[in-house]
Amino acid sequence: MSEEPVVSVNELVDGVLSGKRRYLARLISLIENEDNQAQEALVQLYRHTGRAYIIGVTGPPGSGKSSLVTKLTAEFRKRAKTIGIICVDPSSPFTGGALLGDRIRMQEHSLDDDVYVRSMGTRGHLGGLSRATSDAIRAIDASGKDIIFVETVGTGQSEVEVIEIAHTVIVIDVPGSGDDIQAIKAGIMEIADIFVVNKSDYPGADKKVTEINTMLDIDPRERPWRPPVLLTNSRTGDGVAELADKLLEHFKYLKDSGMLEQKGLERSREELQNLMKYKLTQELSNKLQGKPAYEKAIRMIAERKKDPYTVAEQLIAEFLFSESR
Amino acid sequence: MSSSKKIRVLVAKPGLDGHDRGAKVVARALRDAGMEVIYTGLRQTPEMVVRAALDEGVHCIGLSILSGAHNALFPKIMELLKAEGANDILVVGGGIIPEDDIAGLKKTGIAEIFGPGTPLQEIVEYIKTHVKL
Repeated sequence: MSEEPVVSVNELVDGVLSGKRRYLARLISLIENEDNQAQEALVQLYRHTGRAYIIGVTGPPGSGKSSLVTKLTAEFRKRAKTIGIICVDPSSPFTGGALLGDRIRMQEHSLDDDVYVRSMGTRGHLGGLSRATSDAIRAIDASGKDIIFVETVGTGQSEVEVIEIAHTVIVIDVPGSGDDIQAIKAGIMEIADIFVVNKSDYPGADKKVTEINTMLDIDPRERPWRPPVLLTNSRTGDGVAELADKLLEHFKYLKDSGMLEQKGLERSREELQNLMKYKLTQELSNKLQGKPAYEKAIRMIAERKKDPYTVAEQLIAEFLFSESR
Repeated sequence: MSSSKKIRVLVAKPGLDGHDRGAKVVARALRDAGMEVIYTGLRQTPEMVVRAALDEGVHCIGLSILSGAHNALFPKIMELLKAEGANDILVVGGGIIPEDDIAGLKKTGIAEIFGPGTPLQEIVEYIKTHVKL
């Protein structure tokens, strides 16, 4: 950034830790751009993270995710909690561009110093989030926010990645969105810690609640926490205080049952594996990309003179051998 | 994945002005040019515009106004940006803005004003060439 004052990693870290939103915003930009500074900052910030309560909010487009997050934010602000919000919207698979419009619903908090809102495009990542989302959460966590909402893209049936980053997942549904078969399909209906039937003033809201409850009745998993099904109206705010109570109850349940610790371990394992996979892939492709032998192998695979299975194993074996020397 | 810097643009409608068809058309064009466009909706105060721009880490702000209050609102936004030390953000405007007012607005730091009928490609190119990434 040519004329922008150059910020050192230490300044960035100090700025984020003292809750300065410009530094937080800058760090998230660096994270999104996969800048080396971002990782240096995250290395220092890591031990200051793990304090925030992270709530994932997912559901189909137009079900009221942004509006509900706004109302929940208002409710938690009344309870003196500070809030971070990440809203993810899809990037175009053709141009890479995105229209990020979730902020429109969040105007009532736009000047509250204790609320930070950030919009992100998926930038080609599938699963309902962007690649940078988990690090962005970490940055907001380090800046001292008590609760972080992560609003996924409007989801269909199988974008379930949010369970990997949130403590509690809210799945929103609306009246009239298909019959009871939809409720027993695999995927998104399985990941909720709390179900919300939003737009409770629409006809069919009670029927929707019954359908979800029926689905839960026949769930074979032994689960000490049965996801409650709540009715809300994110326009009027009806049911939002009850939802806030339920959220805190679930977080307490996670803590008391030891689930929080267990999830933390699972997550760290997952993250470490993913990072190693990512770094290895990068190292490997740095090493091979553009090399004549590599290009030749690709050609031979295309011409059916070699098969990709054997070539992949050979290349990896060579790579590991050369690294271990 | 290679480091992918994307141009992020805030499209904002300051003041009491309920007409945002133009802003939406421009937002769509910027999106199709591969930018990430944050649209905040209608009736924003200058403070709200600046706060959103800083939180979102945008490189450019596009202000749309058809109410006639540009001479009050645009300079106020520029003043607030300056106070935040965010002089590096490219600010452009559009809407119904008389020729006679343009020079004065540019003096406050607005980089360019795009009147009715401006080809969308011209706006896209302008932002692409003038934005500081």
